[in-house]
Amino acid sequence: MMDGAVVTPEMLLYLLRTLLIGAGATIWLTAASLVVAVVLGFGLALMRLSDSKVLQGIARVYLEIFRNIPILTQLFVIYFGLSRYGIMLPATVAATLGFGLNGASMLSEVFRSAILSVDRGQREAGLAIGLTSRQAFRLLILPQAARTAIPPIGNYAIGLLKDTSLASAVAVPEIAMRAKMLVAETYLSTEIYMMVAVVYLALSLPLARLTALAERRFSPHRSAA
Amino acid sequence: MSEPLVRIRGLKKAYGIHLVLQGIDLDVHSGEKLCLIGPSGSGKTTLLRCVNWLEEPTGGEILIDGAPIGTVAKGGRSHRMSDVELARMRAGIGMVFQRFNLFPHLTVLENVMLGPVRVLGAGRAEAEATARGLLAKVGLSEKVAAYPDRLSGGQQQRVAIARALAMKPKLMLFDEPTSALDPELVGEVLAVMRQLANEGMTMIIVTHEMRFAETVADKVVFMADGLIVEEGPPARIFRDPQVERTRAFLSAVEHRV
Repeated sequence: MMDGAVVTPEMLLYLLRTLLIGAGATIWLTAASLVVAVVLGFGLALMRLSDSKVLQGIARVYLEIFRNIPILTQLFVIYFGLSRYGIMLPATVAATLGFGLNGASMLSEVFRSAILSVDRGQREAGLAIGLTSRQAFRLLILPQAARTAIPPIGNYAIGLLKDTSLASAVAVPEIAMRAKMLVAETYLSTEIYMMVAVVYLALSLPLARLTALAERRFSPHRSAA
Repeated sequence: MSEPLVRIRGLKKAYGIHLVLQGIDLDVHSGEKLCLIGPSGSGKTTLLRCVNWLEEPTGGEILIDGAPIGTVAKGGRSHRMSDVELARMRAGIGMVFQRFNLFPHLTVLENVMLGPVRVLGAGRAEAEATARGLLAKVGLSEKVAAYPDRLSGGQQQRVAIARALAMKPKLMLFDEPTSALDPELVGEVLAVMRQLANEGMTMIIVTHEMRFAETVADKVVFMADGLIVEEGPPARIFRDPQVERTRAFLSAVEHRV
């Protein structure tokens, strides 16, 4: 393609379509990583809150390792580092694992503080009517902790959506990777990156909206009885 | 006299080196209303919380209907009760807290139904009928669908009483139930408690409402520094206290206005 060539509508459509295919990979990567982060993060929070010193210690070590190494480094270690030992993960799986393991460390702190923020009297009132500790936790503490945890989880999810662009470094064909390839192919960097910005915005705004909805659903509402 | 419903013997509770309860002996018979009074820090609330093991005693024993709470004898030694066994015993003992502690994520009706459904295994329809009946009794029929944060303190405390009663307890514990209330809301809660007393409920009440204690209690126990200083019928404790410490406390309370 020549410098200064006219950008045809067909060309723009081609760019957009390619970026939207990348958006599919971005959404998939974000959703899968979020699931790993939430499940593992919740488990880590329970370990931190358990009576067992061993479990507490394991969770603490995990937290310090994954919280304090840049996510890009973690992705490289998982994707390139493991392959030296014969563990060849597909790029998308490696990235999901990287973001998920990293996110678990952050969300474990979110879950832990949300659980601790529930008034002590709630557990006591539950025990007083004959609930077991387990029931009190499940029926009283968790629903109230969820309400506290949803906004920070939403923020984390939005941050994650944008951070998945780092996965282009390990060749996951998400938006940023597609954009780089398109720029190399067409040199239309301005048009392409404007489109990238719009696509990311179109993905993250609904996510923010979804968070607000979830928050409302968990505020005084819904039954456990 | 028959076997007491609650028998407390040599009860001790320490936080670190600080002895909050220094050996309490106390009996509460079925149908009796017992008021615990005394200065703050005297151990009244701790004593009450030991009765249903929200506080684990350091020493001594508590028998509910002849059965020790918190411990079980196995092979000649006493072991801590399992979580489930303890929960089963607590189910028969209602408790009302100073700060109400209603469940904010549940409606008033659901607050009252939770115990019967989850602990007693009652069907929803049956539990709901019972809950509605109890809420009517405490004068809150029109609030069944409300969430606790929409209620006044007095209303919340009445829901808390209904929630405890829904478990059909044989004993009710009240931990300063009116201390967190605005003065104008105290009366409505005391009225419900008075009605409960008239129906023959066994009640242990930690309170600063001396007038209430005087008119409702069968027995008043004055505590100070983790010990029972004096106990007896309200007429004697309030009109003719035998111990100087009791006299000093009562005159300080009377003159606080």
